[in-house]
Amino acid sequence: MQTPVRPLNLAQARDPDFQAAVARDSGQHLASCYQCGNCTAGCSYTPDYDFPVHQVMRLVQLGLKESALSCRSIWLCATCQACTTRCPNNIDVARVMDVLRHMARQAGYAPEPGVKTFTDSFLASVAKHGRVFEVGLAAVFAIKSGKPLQDAGLGLPMLTHGKLSLTPHEPEGNGKAEVAAIFARFDRVAAQKARAHSPGETPGNGKKGGGE
Amino acid sequence: MRIGVMVCHAAREFPDVVFATDHMYACSDPGQGTIEQTIRSLKLDGVVVASCSPRMHEVTFRRAVERAGLNRYMFEMANIREHVAWISLDRKRNTEKATDLVRMAVEKLRHNRPLTAKSFEVQKRVLIIGAGVAGIQAALDCAEGGLDVILVERRQSIGGVMSKLDKTFPTVDCSVCVLGPKMVDVGQHPRITLLALSEVEELSGYVGNFEVKIRKKSAFVDWTKCTGCGACLEKCPSKKVRDSHNEGITTTTAITIPFPQAIPKRAAIDPAVCLHFTKGKCGVCKKVCPADAIDYDMQDEIVTEKVGAVIAATGLDLFDHRKCGEYGGGRYPDVITSLQYERMLSASGPTAGHIKRPSDGTEPKTVVFISCVGSRDRSVDRPYCSNFCCMYTAKQAILTRDHIPDSRAYVFYMDIRATGKGYEEFVRRAQEEYEVQYIRGRVAQIYPTTGEDGNQLMVRGADTLLGTQVEIKADLVVLAVGAESAHGAPALAEKLRISYDAYGFFLESHPKLRPVETNTVGVFLAGACQAPKDIPASVAQASAAAGKVLALLSKDKLESDPQIAQVQTMRCIGCGKCERTCPFGAIRMRELRDGSKRAEVVETVCQGCGICSVTCPVRAIQLAHFTDSQLLAEVNALCRTWDETTES
Repeated sequence: MQTPVRPLNLAQARDPDFQAAVARDSGQHLASCYQCGNCTAGCSYTPDYDFPVHQVMRLVQLGLKESALSCRSIWLCATCQACTTRCPNNIDVARVMDVLRHMARQAGYAPEPGVKTFTDSFLASVAKHGRVFEVGLAAVFAIKSGKPLQDAGLGLPMLTHGKLSLTPHEPEGNGKAEVAAIFARFDRVAAQKARAHSPGETPGNGKKGGGE
Repeated sequence: MRIGVMVCHAAREFPDVVFATDHMYACSDPGQGTIEQTIRSLKLDGVVVASCSPRMHEVTFRRAVERAGLNRYMFEMANIREHVAWISLDRKRNTEKATDLVRMAVEKLRHNRPLTAKSFEVQKRVLIIGAGVAGIQAALDCAEGGLDVILVERRQSIGGVMSKLDKTFPTVDCSVCVLGPKMVDVGQHPRITLLALSEVEELSGYVGNFEVKIRKKSAFVDWTKCTGCGACLEKCPSKKVRDSHNEGITTTTAITIPFPQAIPKRAAIDPAVCLHFTKGKCGVCKKVCPADAIDYDMQDEIVTEKVGAVIAATGLDLFDHRKCGEYGGGRYPDVITSLQYERMLSASGPTAGHIKRPSDGTEPKTVVFISCVGSRDRSVDRPYCSNFCCMYTAKQAILTRDHIPDSRAYVFYMDIRATGKGYEEFVRRAQEEYEVQYIRGRVAQIYPTTGEDGNQLMVRGADTLLGTQVEIKADLVVLAVGAESAHGAPALAEKLRISYDAYGFFLESHPKLRPVETNTVGVFLAGACQAPKDIPASVAQASAAAGKVLALLSKDKLESDPQIAQVQTMRCIGCGKCERTCPFGAIRMRELRDGSKRAEVVETVCQGCGICSVTCPVRAIQLAHFTDSQLLAEVNALCRTWDETTES
């Protein structure tokens, strides 16, 4: 998306902390990618991506943090893992995409607001009910995304076929509390992590808004 | 005793040491000269050199010591490079360890005794295993050099992979036309004994005097009578047998001669498919054979040969693309291997040189080549480059455009490795002159689709230079399958007592300076059994191996290593434990006149491993140059603490 017109100064542009963070969080050896393109060849979303998968890997290899975290591809990735399956170097490419999406979110990037809004709505629904409540989720997402009628046409047939329920099906027994405990644990760990790498790790420059 | 120590700056006072010095490069010519001069001027009895690993330079220094008039075993080497300098940066502790090593060497040397090598006769014959182009070249070179050659080939004919190829790169000359005359030479050479359809069962002995047992598998045809007329092939009713010479793209008969230029041109029956063996019926070949050569009762035969040296030239096999599910895993008939395509291109092949789709026999107009199938791919445990696929793919793409001028040829590649003479120019010609479309990227998926001209294959890949996904509707897909070690290579390596790598390729003794030797003296390597190689490299290595064998066997006698086990007969109680434990069969029990038994070492067979020495319950066996007293002297030197020695 930001093809440099002038020569890219690789030494200046490289962010070694970013490279180390991606390698650590994904557990992948990023230098073993030799840019064969098999991830891109197998990816169902390549036509919709701004950077094809192998170029996302290239951005990480060169440590070009800004370009990697602001790209749309990491938000559109469906984590189908075709890239991971095809990679001749055994790199879990989908995991790298996932890690980049987390980092982008923490750094305040959301070039695909719809994806972020949906994810947020989905998690909010699970947090509240212990399990997703489809009608509630659809309603919240419709309002937040600013397109209130986008899925309305589907709603009625699904209701009449018994595919949707107007009331939430909360898990039986202790289920809801257990799910709540997962959310609580995540918040606790996230807070600890934020404290641990507080200076360089989450700059959160806020220019794109959002964030956690 | 007067000992000289040539060592780095950490020289210290040790018992009997009358001289210590340091050199910048002790192995250099002046360095060795200084050692010789010092021995003479100070009348030394022995020398310790503290330097690098003895693996490379022990021989060098032993020769220097010998030139100065000492026995070559009055020399010890302390390895203060690999064992000290290369493994730690701690200067103080490095110095301590280096000093320990030198002190151990000095103490050992004080107990050394002069040893003398014995000489033994050598067999001026060589065993060559595998008769592809490398084995053929090595056999002809050795035979021309005056050696008798036993050439063993497990298939029915010699020729190997090269005999299956249509053309060779970068000259595009006919493969079997250049190989054929060499094959004929092998068949006719008076010094070459060719054993086709045979495998090495067992190798024993040692350099100069190997004994090899070879299993001559039964062909069920008496080859002394068979004339290769082919009458049996025409009449054989089993016609659905996989034709391995044609890589399975066509069928053959149960009794067969693999190809017209086969050497030896003799028929053989495959008992796994022959009706006579599977159903107990038939017998047509026996009836029609004009030479009465068919013998259904023929048995395998074991022949024993004595040879002085061995050359392993067992070649390679190809990656099995059925492991690649994304390319159909062998389910799509129009996805074929490069070697199958090669057979199709060959004028003497099953399609007489016409390119036909296996599914419907039509001529393909769009042919896609995929490089690196089973090469440079860690996910299938084949991380290495197969060396020659870039080149044969360029050749096959050129031939495609040559055979079908209105066709399109696409090559998916990652990098092009065209480093040989004329290779880069050849690949450029494919692109510029023959308009082969090269696409930089891998292919993720092939799936069947319906096109205007019937059933086609959709090839979905990436063009990384464009940064996009690409699709090609192909009529035929050719997979450039990579090289693997020959089937059964590790088992053969174990018979030959040579090392092999994780992928079954045989290990050379030194990757740069001893590329055709192995770590077993007298066993040499030629061709792709060592690593994937193209024809010029295989032939070059074969001639190199032949040169090594000719040099080795140019001597009438070889010297045996005196560092072997010695039995003190007075102590031996004849229990026989040593005989049972010896891995080389180098110990036999000798009966004395009173009927009691004593162990005896066969000096030329003993490898000096020392297992018998530690097995002997009465310590009657000592390993020369590594006796108990020598080893204990080293241990004692080591166990004295640093402070004791510095203060003393």
